[in-house]
Amino acid sequence: MSTDVFNEVDTSAEEHGSSETAATAAFGFWIYIMSDCLLFAALFATFVVLSHSYAGGPTGKEIFDLPYTLGETICLLLSSASYGFAVLSMYRDSKRQVLLWLGITFLLGLGFVGMEINEFVHMVAAGEGPGRSGFLSAFFTLVGTHGTHVTFGLLGMLVMMGQVLTKGLTEPVRSRLMRLSMFWHFLDVVWIGVFTVVYLNGVR
Amino acid sequence: MQHASAHGGEAVNITSGSYLVGFGLAILLTFVSFGLVMTGALPQSATIYAIFAAAIVQIFVHLRYFLHLDGSAAQRWNLIAILFTGLIIALFVGGSIWIMYSLNYRTMDPFSVCTPGHWIPGSLW
Repeated sequence: MSTDVFNEVDTSAEEHGSSETAATAAFGFWIYIMSDCLLFAALFATFVVLSHSYAGGPTGKEIFDLPYTLGETICLLLSSASYGFAVLSMYRDSKRQVLLWLGITFLLGLGFVGMEINEFVHMVAAGEGPGRSGFLSAFFTLVGTHGTHVTFGLLGMLVMMGQVLTKGLTEPVRSRLMRLSMFWHFLDVVWIGVFTVVYLNGVR
Repeated sequence: MQHASAHGGEAVNITSGSYLVGFGLAILLTFVSFGLVMTGALPQSATIYAIFAAAIVQIFVHLRYFLHLDGSAAQRWNLIAILFTGLIIALFVGGSIWIMYSLNYRTMDPFSVCTPGHWIPGSLW
């Protein structure tokens, strides 16, 4: 079975010549994403274990505002879809549309991070910071790690908008746009876990 | 140019329709989850099962429509990698939760018993 698979990789590499590097890089990036999944899985496990360790502090039910979280979720979902349209514009070789959709994705992502920072600032100001209880430590670590990833995704988008603008839609630029797209969609998948395990399960 | 790695390479099967269908399904599942919790339409334990089921379905929707992961031969290694990752996650997240709840259960103050309705794996063994 394994020889089979290797043959397949070989032939496709021959057939597709120049995209070989892009495909290899995409697969390498996929492996990185899988390792990032494990990082998040560890944080999810930590959160679930500590999810009732309130230490007399607030519970999820007391501090989470579901309509607010729903707003964040919609921002992120819309941004996933709009990145999809950026990729489609890339296939159509439309530099302007790629920039437009990347810009929209960036703003939606920025909205998400902004809402999250706002939530964190209010919690800390109310004395519900990460030092308050095990539950809150785990909450800030998990949600904060996701938010940090999103922030780096936003930086990546700025860099890619710059590259599309200055270099155009060259092979290497396309290859990077595809990897950033994987990263961005992956973060949306992690967020499904966050809003279900942390927010919804914390409030119900 | 259609060497589809998890993300399609230059796959031809990516259309705006696929993103719109994916987005529609994702938003629908999100609203169902939030709606169930916000309205309390179902009994608590049913709500828990429903939101976790919706989350799992939504993860598959995202993988299929946004990350374009399918069973095609070109993506065999992407699929193997994610299946293996899923196995590892199931083992160590499931294992950690089981062990820690079991530990809590065995060492807990008998008067601060955990809320009824919680499934405590450790209590079973």
